[in-house]
Amino acid sequence: MAVGRTSLRWSSGAGNGHRALHAALSVAILALVMIRVDTLTAADAAVDFNRAVRPILSEYCFACHGPDEEQRRKVKSKLRLDTKEGLFTRLGDIVPVIAGDAPHSEVLRRLTTSDDDDRMPPAKTGKRPTAEQIALIRRWIDQGAHWEQHWAFVAPRRPVPPVVAEAGWPRNDIDRFVLARLEREGVHHAPEAPSATLIRRLSLDIIGLPPSPAEVDAVLADPSPQAYEHLVDRLLASPHYGERMAMAWMDGARYADSNGYQADHERSMWRWRDWLIDAFNHNQPFDRFTIEQLAGDLLPHATPEQRIATGFCRNHRINTEGGIIAEEWHVETVIDRVDTTGQVWLGLTLGCARCHDHKYDPISQKDFYRLFAFYNNVPEPGVGREELAGTPPFMKAPTAAQATRLGEFDAAVAQARAHLLECQSHAPADAASKPRSTWTPLLPQTASTASGTTLSIQADGALLASTPAEKEVYTIRAPITLTHLAGVRLEALPHDSLPGKGAGFGKNGNFALSEITVSLITPSGTEVLTATSASADYAEDGWPAANAVDGKDATAWSVLPQAGKRHELVLLISTVAVPAGAEVEVRLSFASPRAKHLLGHLRLAIAEDAPLVAAERDLAQAERARDGFEQSLPTVMVMEEMPKPRPAYVLMRGLYDHHGDEVSPGTPSAFPPLPAGAPANRLGLALWITDPANPLTARVAVNRMWERLFGVGLVKSSDNLGSQGELPSHPELLDWLATEFIRLNWDMKAMLKTMVMSATYRQDSATPAALAASDPDNRLLAHGPRFRLQAETIRDQALAVAGLLTEAIGGPSVRPYQPPGIWDELSNYGNLHNYKHDVGANLYRRSLYTIWKRTTPPPDMVLFDMPSREYCLVRRSRTDTPLQALTLLNDVTFVEAARVLAGLMMRDGGSSVESRLTYGFRRAIARLPSAEELGILREGFTRRLARFRAEPESATHLIAQGDTPADAGQDAAELAAYATVASTILNLDEAITKE
Amino acid sequence: MHRSQPLSGSGQLSRRRLIGGAMAGLGAAALTGLGLVPAAGGEPGAAHAGNGGLPGLPHFPPKVKRVIYLHQSGAPSQFETFDYKPELVKQRGKDLPESVRNGQRLTGMTSGQKSFPMAPSIFSFSQHGGNGAWISELLPHMATVVDDIAIVRTMYTEAINHDPAITFCQTGSQIAGRPSLGSWVAYALGSENRDLPAFVVLTSNGSGRKDDQPLYDRLWASGFLPSRFQGVKFRNAGDPVLYLNDPPGIDRSMRRDMLDDIGRLDRLAQRDSGDPEIATRIAQYELAFRMQAAVPDLANLSSEPAEVIDSYGPDARRPGTYAANCLLGRRLLERGVRFVQLYHRGWDHHANLPHDIKGQCLDTDQPSAALIRDLKRRGMFDDTLIIWGGEFGRTVYSQGELTATNYGRDHHPRCFSIWLAGGGIKAGTVFGATDDFSYNIITPDAKAHIHDLNATILHLLGIEHTRLTYRFQGRDFRLTDVHGEVVTGILV
Repeated sequence: MAVGRTSLRWSSGAGNGHRALHAALSVAILALVMIRVDTLTAADAAVDFNRAVRPILSEYCFACHGPDEEQRRKVKSKLRLDTKEGLFTRLGDIVPVIAGDAPHSEVLRRLTTSDDDDRMPPAKTGKRPTAEQIALIRRWIDQGAHWEQHWAFVAPRRPVPPVVAEAGWPRNDIDRFVLARLEREGVHHAPEAPSATLIRRLSLDIIGLPPSPAEVDAVLADPSPQAYEHLVDRLLASPHYGERMAMAWMDGARYADSNGYQADHERSMWRWRDWLIDAFNHNQPFDRFTIEQLAGDLLPHATPEQRIATGFCRNHRINTEGGIIAEEWHVETVIDRVDTTGQVWLGLTLGCARCHDHKYDPISQKDFYRLFAFYNNVPEPGVGREELAGTPPFMKAPTAAQATRLGEFDAAVAQARAHLLECQSHAPADAASKPRSTWTPLLPQTASTASGTTLSIQADGALLASTPAEKEVYTIRAPITLTHLAGVRLEALPHDSLPGKGAGFGKNGNFALSEITVSLITPSGTEVLTATSASADYAEDGWPAANAVDGKDATAWSVLPQAGKRHELVLLISTVAVPAGAEVEVRLSFASPRAKHLLGHLRLAIAEDAPLVAAERDLAQAERARDGFEQSLPTVMVMEEMPKPRPAYVLMRGLYDHHGDEVSPGTPSAFPPLPAGAPANRLGLALWITDPANPLTARVAVNRMWERLFGVGLVKSSDNLGSQGELPSHPELLDWLATEFIRLNWDMKAMLKTMVMSATYRQDSATPAALAASDPDNRLLAHGPRFRLQAETIRDQALAVAGLLTEAIGGPSVRPYQPPGIWDELSNYGNLHNYKHDVGANLYRRSLYTIWKRTTPPPDMVLFDMPSREYCLVRRSRTDTPLQALTLLNDVTFVEAARVLAGLMMRDGGSSVESRLTYGFRRAIARLPSAEELGILREGFTRRLARFRAEPESATHLIAQGDTPADAGQDAAELAAYATVASTILNLDEAITKE
Repeated sequence: MHRSQPLSGSGQLSRRRLIGGAMAGLGAAALTGLGLVPAAGGEPGAAHAGNGGLPGLPHFPPKVKRVIYLHQSGAPSQFETFDYKPELVKQRGKDLPESVRNGQRLTGMTSGQKSFPMAPSIFSFSQHGGNGAWISELLPHMATVVDDIAIVRTMYTEAINHDPAITFCQTGSQIAGRPSLGSWVAYALGSENRDLPAFVVLTSNGSGRKDDQPLYDRLWASGFLPSRFQGVKFRNAGDPVLYLNDPPGIDRSMRRDMLDDIGRLDRLAQRDSGDPEIATRIAQYELAFRMQAAVPDLANLSSEPAEVIDSYGPDARRPGTYAANCLLGRRLLERGVRFVQLYHRGWDHHANLPHDIKGQCLDTDQPSAALIRDLKRRGMFDDTLIIWGGEFGRTVYSQGELTATNYGRDHHPRCFSIWLAGGGIKAGTVFGATDDFSYNIITPDAKAHIHDLNATILHLLGIEHTRLTYRFQGRDFRLTDVHGEVVTGILV
């Protein structure tokens, strides 16, 4: 079963008739909408200070007569208009505002005087309040000049949801606030959106992926009145929910896989990104989520996960440019953290107070550096390192699977160690009843060479060579003091006289041992002993230890790139009894293609106890395997606190080397202090941010959630709730949501569910003409949201629609298609060069896993307004450019997706052209195409099929784009023609828009 | 079965939406595309009288309509180019006096040096032009146009490392995230060509130092301005503009056919949803189609007389070189592109300066001079602004050992030399003077900070730099922050 654009809705009685009524009403009351403005200016209406007067004062007066003390000094004025005291207190001859007495209020006089020198704001600012604005101030004064603190700086109080006339419409309290406003304005709400559209809307909003036709059908077939809610619950439980939410958080967190700045070297932070996805999927409460990211390391008994969470505070750029001054860039790092905290949690532009007191909000420069002091105590250098692990502090951060594997390696090491102990206990004890050491040094009597290399015996029995020949054979003889011979050990020892201070004469001190043979020489003759195994602590790829016992001179054991270190080769032989007076002869040959790769410094030892040798070897191997695995574990940069905090100062004009007063950590004085008992460190700051008494945190968080769903926040300036920010469209609703969030114990899934369960959210997104003109941003919420998908979702959707998407969650970042040369044409610095796209599954991962190089981020993302991640950004712009069209039409990602979708249409879309086109359309847009739409698609298909039939080579070229091969069984011309239709569908406005 | 209120025609398209949704300069294009049968191709390359700039701009009659900024990335030494220091020969090898350095902070590359031996240029200078300006022997072609340019010897900046310095130079702030100069101009004035972006970026690598300083997308990013104002980087290999070419198997007529279908279907959606954004999207697809023709036309030099190409030097026929980019830049300007930003890498000469700077000058000298002549020949010189310069200067003392034939120079922010030419510029000027060490500016009334230069560039375009603002997060931002004075001394 499937549905078209307007059929089948969950709620009854919301069909076309309703829609027509809606449109007609909207047109009819267009004039009434304008009342919104009129209510502010009508002569008898009460003037709301925060709504009407403060914005005017902020815009025209605060820059010089506001919080910035320095600026007030500069303009030689004591007048301060951003505080109640400043507005109403007499200043010499004048009083800025006298309640009820506009004519004698200096503010009004200065705004209205015809004396150019006296009139404010000064002409040179180019700013001039309108007559309406001045009238508002006059009326406010005449009405008694009631003053209030800026709305966002007062903790939200829970409002009572208003009573509405159309009592049947609201599904929850959100709708009461929205409907009350609509009824007041005389605007009608929209009907519910068609079901298929709504299913797609929910899916894109909650998991960032489109629903498949089968999923749409399943929901539509669910007769339960709770079908919608079931869908919401199912989506919230999907592991893709965490990915979708992480995408939204990563901009603010300025997450990237490179350091930024000049060299922009790669860094490893993906474990933080995976922590983030997990935290959302486990529905970590927002307060906990906040505390762990800002101060997880300071929690008692912090878990590894809680430490990884603090990667948030290390996602900033790190400068590694040669010649930079460490303190300058350390300061930049700390300032970045303050700015980021301000934007992400508080919706404040704290950064404005870096150089001077904030011009509009009550944040002094000293306040800024008191916040700075919280973040100043990380044991980090100001100059970064160009290494994958990044710049200290960082930690090993195994994934759960890796932690399990590490445990297995540890167990293997423990087992090998126990076995060795056991072997040692069985070994014959020496006179002192101590376990004998496994190895007995050989003290050579003679050491000769075949081709002229000098080989001298050292006092400790080691051999040192000089004047190496191209090829060589060493023959070394020594008496045996043991009763049995079971093993021989060759140690390759670094020596200062050798190249690279290694053990051999080859490149960087390398050597290449072709063969090692051991013979027992007794009075009765010479017996060559057969090696049963050869193992080494390290061997170069293609040059294993086994090469030294394979009987071939051409192959050898070699150790690049670890030539500078000590190495050893252990040879096990079948145990033989050693008669008295016997000698051992060891022959070492160096005759591989690596000429002159002779060992320069070596030592030999023998063993008599084969199990002991084997046990020792096995332990060494187990340890090496464990260490090797541990080396390969991912790392993540994290926060740590120095035992003794760094001193922090006010930095004059924000310059690192211009110290003002020393400051201690603290919160801005205009806000509540740290909660009782909270420590004066990052943990205390995090507790302050998440304290329900904080007026901003909950409002900022719910406003952003709202913005993601509706395209515009209840406060449009979701990045600034301060004095210069915009007023909320629905202040009571915002406060209700904020208090509800806290009441729900900061449960993010529950909050999101409340929003999407509302009738407000479920409205049809069609925009009546009158509203399109009068309320283009849909601030009244008289219809559902309709806006372009974000960059990642556009690509993810194309992959999903084509059935190409790899659904794996987390892991190191991946490299999808990118035009050749994007990185290399701008830089030869750092290590991110020579981009090669991944093959197989990693080519089709969700876009949040794409490797992010800050100075040259993926172009297909940036073209769709994804920020560079060089700094925190909490609100993306949404533009529409020709370059976006070119991307969707021509980028191989989308060309391939269209062709693979075409393959699915042919395979799974039934046998008729119509059914196939319908199937493809539904995969992308969820709803059924109309007859008119289907007609256009079919005609296009027919025209282009004819072209491809006539030009089969064009078809072959088109279907060959991308790594995923076309199904050879499908007709090339037909597949190509469907591919052009699929591309047409993927390029539709509706396909890249959430309706 | 469709929505019962068909909303057709362009009457529903609010002005705000149109401006908000269209690319710089495409307001007219968006209207043209609306509801009309799309034109097949249009006239590629023809400059149209579109604008799309802000109302009220320019603030006053502009001296120039367009800008080409020849940025020399890595920071050329003033000593070997435009700032002649004959007295320095006597000081050769002596330590830089502390009285001259006077507290200037040093980069970590030389702050550990035991001595700061002064290094005069090993290249000779001679006087040229009506004003007898001293020009290095490395710049023989620039020497012939010295009467057409204004040399500023007293540029200064704040940053001492490349990344912050070039970011400062191009965006007016060392901190990443501010709009670039070109983006501000595109935002303010829009484009004069409906088929090409208003702001185009071209890059080339120097032959002097091949592994030199990187560039960053942020240098031409739009910051908090809508991203449609970001510079469009033309590439030297592959598609000249990302994703410009149709995929193999789809030719122009088939692309047209597909676009017609997309347009038809989008118009149905617009009828049903009433969303004016759809009209903008349709228009952008049409513009993309025209760009696909206009851009290849740009790069096609077949209409260019051989002597013109040759005047830019032997590199002009090799795409991706500085010379080829100067010529391409002129072709962009000619088509009404508002702001062309070139970057030539390879000037960061901490060591082996004599060898490396020779290569850089060879790359840039002839093409820069040819660009001036070419613009003059076409009558475009008088309404075009050309700027040549790097992000800071270099030190008088040698980084590393000073020998008879070799030395290097570290970064120096207190003075460096640039030149400007074109409309409104007082040709033949040498502006400002530095001390005998080219370490400090000695003409307090004739100097130019980065903000001053940027204010001057805007001024020549008819923009009062203090009045070009954009509100972001509640604050009105400017390219010049709260600084900047127009450098009137170099203006006619």
